Amino acid sequence: MNEATNPNPSSEDYAVVIRDMHKWYGQFHVLKDINLLVTRGEKIVVCGPSGSGKSTMIRCINRLEEHQQGHIIVDGTELTNDLKNIEVVRREVGMVFQHFNLFPHLTVLENCTLAPIWVRKMPKLEAEGIAMQYLERVKIPDQANKYPGQLSGGQQQRVAIARSLCMKPRIMLFDEPTSALDPEMIKEVLDVMIELANEGMTMLCVTHEMGFAKTVADRVIFMDGGEIIEENNPAEFFENAQHERTKLFLSQILEH
Amino acid sequence: MSEKTYTPGEHPDLPPPANLIGPVAWIRKNLLSTPTNIVMTVLAIWFLYEVVPAAVNWLFLDAAFTGENRDDCRAQASGACWAFISERMKLFTYGFYPIEERWRVNISFLLLIAAIVPVLFDKVPFRKFGLYFSCAFPFIAAWLLLGGYGLTPVETDKFGGFMLTLVIGVTGIAFSLPIGILLALGRQSQLPIIRVFSVSFIEFIRGVPLITLLFVASTMLNYFLPAGVTFDLLLRVLIMVTLFASAYMAEVIRGGLQAIPKGQFEAADAMGLKYWPAMRLIVLPQALKISIPSIVNTFIGLYKDTTLVIIIGLLDPLGIGRASLADTKWTGLSNEVYLFVAIFFFISCFGMARYSLYLENKLQTDHKR
Repeated sequence: MNEATNPNPSSEDYAVVIRDMHKWYGQFHVLKDINLLVTRGEKIVVCGPSGSGKSTMIRCINRLEEHQQGHIIVDGTELTNDLKNIEVVRREVGMVFQHFNLFPHLTVLENCTLAPIWVRKMPKLEAEGIAMQYLERVKIPDQANKYPGQLSGGQQQRVAIARSLCMKPRIMLFDEPTSALDPEMIKEVLDVMIELANEGMTMLCVTHEMGFAKTVADRVIFMDGGEIIEENNPAEFFENAQHERTKLFLSQILEH
Repeated sequence: MSEKTYTPGEHPDLPPPANLIGPVAWIRKNLLSTPTNIVMTVLAIWFLYEVVPAAVNWLFLDAAFTGENRDDCRAQASGACWAFISERMKLFTYGFYPIEERWRVNISFLLLIAAIVPVLFDKVPFRKFGLYFSCAFPFIAAWLLLGGYGLTPVETDKFGGFMLTLVIGVTGIAFSLPIGILLALGRQSQLPIIRVFSVSFIEFIRGVPLITLLFVASTMLNYFLPAGVTFDLLLRVLIMVTLFASAYMAEVIRGGLQAIPKGQFEAADAMGLKYWPAMRLIVLPQALKISIPSIVNTFIGLYKDTTLVIIIGLLDPLGIGRASLADTKWTGLSNEVYLFVAIFFFISCFGMARYSLYLENKLQTDHKR
């Protein structure tokens, strides 16, 4: 927590800087005084009960949600109302959603090439080459010409990851990527995420996969009631939680 | 029932029981499943038995296809007098378009087909060039039909019959879809001015009967325009019909837009797509696909509403038919005339309906394992 209160962190050094950030939905104060510094290559797992604001927080990082107070600086670019900045940030930040949000009217390959072609202005052939490369990395190159509706949930989520990677993002956000999956498909998605982590991608994951947190995370953040209650390295976090609320949460999810 | 048993994991796919497939099963399931169904089936057979032979006799077997006037027909046969229709066929098709210039209508019609095909089907060779031609077609057709620039000018009050229906129908359909899309997007816009404009436009146009708009087009517009400025009645009608259809189209498309999950917009945003590419590539293709049945429904409604122009004195097929019935040589043949016009509209509208089904099936991408 000390580094977060450092009055003048040079934003260039960090992948993500969130300082004194607040957000309201109408009257409802959903995020309260969020401070978070993410160094390059760091893997952060965000957990907490539902309604704790964890999804909202990472959705602020690519401006799917707007914050009303404080600062968010992503890869050196501050998020303001300036549309140019938002576009710059979104180009560099990939996002994977709970419900995949693949485009059902496009094939897997078209899903992957759409952003490179239209946002990065890449020639179609080059974009397809890159897309196939990432589809191979997530182990489904053979599904490239199918439509998302023809794939299983796990395959769809892997396509969604490949689709984000095609933009060559510097930061990846995962918003409960395995929550909508059947148990037997969770592993195939987590394997891809672990591989990605091992390659040094900066990752922020909202997830309840504590096994994943233990293996991959550099830091685990626990949120409740719109606040960051506790953050620590996974070993300390799971063995030696400081706050009662954290202990209660951990006991509840680790019970089974 | 001697059920063979299999070890777990070894159970093969067996064919369904015989009473679930085949024509007998079909008849049982669809015609004779319940006592009510049996009664309905018997009634339907009786109805067909009574109606079909009578209709065939009147339409074809007892019909007269040649003749100079009504009495000729009646002398030949007791059924329909199609001689009347064949005599008036040219009038039904071209209205009062000058006889020596009618080749221009024919060519426009052929070009219309050439322009529609690349729009409707995506496997046409050279589709890209075809689409350029489709975009140019309205101007070519306007030149051919109206004349000028080397062709003899023809006043629009000479337009009539099926040709008039097609001119109004095709123009309305071609322009109401893009305007409707813009209005639907405008209605959801973040910018208050655009939103207010779209909402008021849609609500005003929807709240007024088409006939009223046509009367405004034919009479009142002259009061609003400065003295000496006139513009063509047909053009005014085209504008009114297009605006009317656009308002309905906008609401239909808005329904489609609302059915698109929020996640689709978010995924597009998260990728860094800007508003127009996101709409064009992601949101509209899906929204339009969902809306196809309602869009075609609106098209069909618009196409049939073209008959309302009869009220302000334009002679569409129905108007030609009514005028023809006033001919003393052919009195009392309204059955034939109205049936003929009905068949024309039915063929056009049924064609649109079938195309809509074809398109829905073609665009079906989900759950197609």
